[in-house]
Amino acid sequence: MGCVKSSQMNDRSGQTDNSNADLRSPFIYREDEALEKKFDGRQVRRLMSYLRLHPRLIVFSLVATTLGILVTLAAPYLVGKAINVAVGDKHPNTLLEYCAVLIVLYALNFFATRFRIYYTNLLGQSVIQHIREQLFHHVQFLSLKFFDERPAGSVLVRIMNDVNSMQDLFTNGVINTITNLFTLVGIIIIMLVLNWKLAILCMIVVPFMFLLSTRLTIQIRRSWQLVRLRLSRMNAHLAESIQGMRVTEAYARQAENEEFFRGVNGEYRRVFLGAQRRSIMFGPLVDLTGAIGSAVLFGYGVVELRAGLVTVGLLVAFANYLGNFWTPIAQLGQVYNQLLVAMASSERIFQYLDTAQTVADSDQAIAPETIEGRVEFRNVTFAYDSGRPALDDVSFSVTPGQTVALVGHTGAGKSTVINLLSRFYDVTDGAVLVDGQDIRSFTVESLRSRIGVVLQDTFIFTGSILDNIRFSRPGATDEEVRAAARAVHADTFIEALPQGYHTEVRERGSSLSMGQRQLLSFARALLADPRILVLDEATASIDTQTEELIQRGLARLLAGRTAFVVAHRLSTIRHADQILVFAQGKIVERGNHDSLLAARGVYRELVDAQYRMMREDSGVAVGLES
Amino acid sequence: MPESIRKLYPYYKDHRSFLLWGLFCLIFANALSLAYPYLLDLIVNRVIVAHEYGELPWLLAAMLGAAVAKGAFNFGQGYLAQKFGSNTAFGLRNAIYHKLNWLPFSYYDETHTGDLMSRLTLDLDAFRMFLAFGINNLVGLGLIVVFGIAYMYSMNAILATVILILMPFLAVIAIRFDTKLRPIYRTIRENLSTLNSGVQENVMGVRTVKSFAQENREIGKFNGNNGLYFTSNMEAAVLWKKFFPYIELVGNVGVVLVLGVGGYLVMTHATSLGNLVAFLSIVWFMIWPMSQLGYFLNNMTQASAAAKRLDEVLSAPQAIANTSQSEAPAARGRVSFCNVSAGFGGRAVLTNIDLDVEAGQTVALLGLTGSGKSSLVQLIPRFYDPLSGQVLLDGVDVREWSLDRLRREVAVVFQEPFLFSTTIFANIAYGKPDATVAEVERAAALADAAEFIERLPEGYSTLVGERGLGLSGGQKQRLALARAILMNPSVLILDDATSAVDMETEFRIQRALDEHLRGCTTFVIAHRISTLKRADFIVVLADGRIVARGSHDELLSQPGLYRDIFRKQFADAAQGDEFARSLWASSGGDRGWGA
Repeated sequence: MGCVKSSQMNDRSGQTDNSNADLRSPFIYREDEALEKKFDGRQVRRLMSYLRLHPRLIVFSLVATTLGILVTLAAPYLVGKAINVAVGDKHPNTLLEYCAVLIVLYALNFFATRFRIYYTNLLGQSVIQHIREQLFHHVQFLSLKFFDERPAGSVLVRIMNDVNSMQDLFTNGVINTITNLFTLVGIIIIMLVLNWKLAILCMIVVPFMFLLSTRLTIQIRRSWQLVRLRLSRMNAHLAESIQGMRVTEAYARQAENEEFFRGVNGEYRRVFLGAQRRSIMFGPLVDLTGAIGSAVLFGYGVVELRAGLVTVGLLVAFANYLGNFWTPIAQLGQVYNQLLVAMASSERIFQYLDTAQTVADSDQAIAPETIEGRVEFRNVTFAYDSGRPALDDVSFSVTPGQTVALVGHTGAGKSTVINLLSRFYDVTDGAVLVDGQDIRSFTVESLRSRIGVVLQDTFIFTGSILDNIRFSRPGATDEEVRAAARAVHADTFIEALPQGYHTEVRERGSSLSMGQRQLLSFARALLADPRILVLDEATASIDTQTEELIQRGLARLLAGRTAFVVAHRLSTIRHADQILVFAQGKIVERGNHDSLLAARGVYRELVDAQYRMMREDSGVAVGLES
Repeated sequence: MPESIRKLYPYYKDHRSFLLWGLFCLIFANALSLAYPYLLDLIVNRVIVAHEYGELPWLLAAMLGAAVAKGAFNFGQGYLAQKFGSNTAFGLRNAIYHKLNWLPFSYYDETHTGDLMSRLTLDLDAFRMFLAFGINNLVGLGLIVVFGIAYMYSMNAILATVILILMPFLAVIAIRFDTKLRPIYRTIRENLSTLNSGVQENVMGVRTVKSFAQENREIGKFNGNNGLYFTSNMEAAVLWKKFFPYIELVGNVGVVLVLGVGGYLVMTHATSLGNLVAFLSIVWFMIWPMSQLGYFLNNMTQASAAAKRLDEVLSAPQAIANTSQSEAPAARGRVSFCNVSAGFGGRAVLTNIDLDVEAGQTVALLGLTGSGKSSLVQLIPRFYDPLSGQVLLDGVDVREWSLDRLRREVAVVFQEPFLFSTTIFANIAYGKPDATVAEVERAAALADAAEFIERLPEGYSTLVGERGLGLSGGQKQRLALARAILMNPSVLILDDATSAVDMETEFRIQRALDEHLRGCTTFVIAHRISTLKRADFIVVLADGRIVARGSHDELLSQPGLYRDIFRKQFADAAQGDEFARSLWASSGGDRGWGA
């Protein structure tokens, strides 16, 4: 894991080498699209192992496809024969027989095609569904460290785009490869059997075809990759522009942005037309090689015909086979392209799948029925990156029902205490104990379901208010949800919403204010009814009515629970049973409000600063009272 | 051509010569396509049957020559049409982007980003594809049918009629297939987007998910969405399975018919062997494009629907016209509201607002959520226009100002800060891209952002935004504030702009602003009394009306919202009174708390 982080850092610092040029770039979009990778046998085998999960589907697909190939191979031969009948023995019944056989073959092919389409799609879609499910499942249980280290967007890209980009390979690629190889070999054998000299001559064009489809398709593929990159850059800018349009208009930035967009747009057009030029060239070149093949066939074929060595029907059949040569060769080239694209995507997918949970259940992990809520940090040391400890030999203990306020400047270690207690991270040294037992001896799930967390910024999931509160305990009844909301005084605002508890909300563009979101998360936490509560108090200023509700809700929430509060409000801190003052990863002072004031240390300074600000206001408070 | 496509004529007018030359090439390419069956016919009839072996080399050379010429024309038609499509798309994209940059705020209140994005990507591409090969496909198909049938009839009328009978079958199947496939593809897209937003939400809310140990439930939800996506994909596959074999079958039946009927005609000398071979070749040549007919038509239908959606954006009313009249020197910053009423979507938001703010004054706005505070300030930079009354800057109606100029004079900081994907430096310099490093650093310092920026390993070069470094809400707000300060505006509007920074920082910021932006008229919307009380005067809004105004002292001396809020916020301080008194007494605090 450590190396992932450091490589990301390198990426970033690599970019800042030319930081002077970058400093003023109007927009910078990092490319997150998978490009092709070198062929890697081990990885291919790992990819193909997903196919093994569906042996039945593979057999059905292969049988259906093979049937189709047999028809493709037999038909030109029969058509050739029929033509010979038409010119040769001139027997209408024989001609009719050939036609009947062809009809039967084509009818057979009709069903084979149906099965082939169905089963190859089923196979491909099943594999894709499976990979995506496995990936999501794995990622979901990865530790928070994983998510802290990368933007949400890049995780999304892997689960969605990278998996999707393998869809072609699995629905068509694999089966096509097998069938195309069969077809090629089949055509070659038949042609050799029919007339080996003619066959070898006609196959003069095959190397050309091969060269064409490999050389040219590589170029074509590369240029389309470039198109994709430019397109995603343009779209990233578009999406961002629309989202930030109010700012753009407010700051009259239109002219500059339009110029930038014109550039991105023009660059996209340039690479797009370049890719088109190469792709369009492909068709005529294919036709030309085809024409060369036909010319060779008829040129030499007629000589043979004159010598009576071949029939007209044979020539027609050969022309047909030659025409059928192209599809498999072109498709094999295509599959190879798909494979290279899939290589890049699968590498990124496997990288995620091979990422181990940094916080994992031990084999003997237990899930206690209930806990009392005693918490102890015993000589805890922790570093997010090795070398810079965020907590340094921290010890304290909390008895059940106590409220502990964690105080200190940003980066002093308050949030780290919370992260360790919920086991979002594991301690580097020392131990965190709940009810006297190391929390690593509990299952993560049981631990977290006993600890309620209220974050600074409440995340709103798409759904009703009811669902959002219920998130913490999916089994709760509507009545329980309402009761929880009432208890923390969230009901007032909820009932004022257009559809009350059934109002649909979502994370972005939700109409809830900061304060309302906070109340919602109180209800969420209360519903889970945890023994230990962790609260990262919002720094945000909240309108006064809501603020009052929040204070009352908070009191209700803290009652009877062991609580850790990263506190910003003096009122919250003052009521705490125990105050821990952090500075540079250490506890520098501890005690209650009165004892800490008397100690005239760091805490006193913090309080002093707050009061100094208030005093400016209180000057007027005096005015009010007098 | 559909009406909606014609409506976009101005955007492809300039490039139509590409289309015309492309179609010119297309005619030749298609005519040359018949060269192969024709030469085949000659080879069989003249060389093989009639033993004119001397003609063979010429015929073979003609075959190669035709392939080369056909290839050149095909390349020409394909590339010229692509050029036609791309050039039009390029112009359209620029035009829409330009339009979006000037659409009023009210447009964005009602439009989702996702909707606009799908117009700019999917719709624009659907339209482009129609121009780039849709037209050529349809014309080409027409040419193939006409040329092919004419050629077939020139050889043998009976055999040609046999083939002609098959064509309608093919067309009907192809069209029905595409009609049925369309809704399924829509479902696939919808399911994909559900799956997508589900994953996005899950990743963004991962801390909450983990806090409540809800991973398994999220997995269940995901599997449900993933399953739906799978099902809709399979529905499409089933439709393919249902229709495609028929298309293939009709083609194959065509071959058998040509062989059977044609073979019989050859036997009875009603037609020549060469004709038969040429016929077989033409059948294959015609069947593929015919089976695509539904797709081609679908392409046109989609393009016309897409063109309509593009036109909707392009013709959206630009409610706020840019009257670039007054190019006055820098504004002084006097803002007046004269009997202003405003409403959005038929709902009255502000009623009869009268307010005069002298240059350099600071006004604080207070009111409950929905009382009209934000609407009031947004009238100044003309994010919206009032229904009646006037908003004046320096005594001139804001509608008389050039919009560009007005907005450079009035800087707004929104509650939800928006950062673009670029460096911190460029974000701060967003409104003034040519700002010097010193200017940016000064703005950052005033917004109390300099310190945290300099602590970042890459300082002002740090990338922020969607894929950049995650900043806290308070840090983002401070960058947004720095952005506004850099504009050196005559009017500064802070719409709850420091809500996410802690009290101490907010305090420092205010002091810095007081000191360094002395001449700047400031509108502040905030909740903290400590912020409000610094204003020269305070305006209290309720239901879109001004219900009270005055200085801090004046408002405290009368009952009302301001006094209520003051008391609530200072209940905390009041509780601490006793303690505070002792605190300051012991620390030598000179001014005590009580009277």
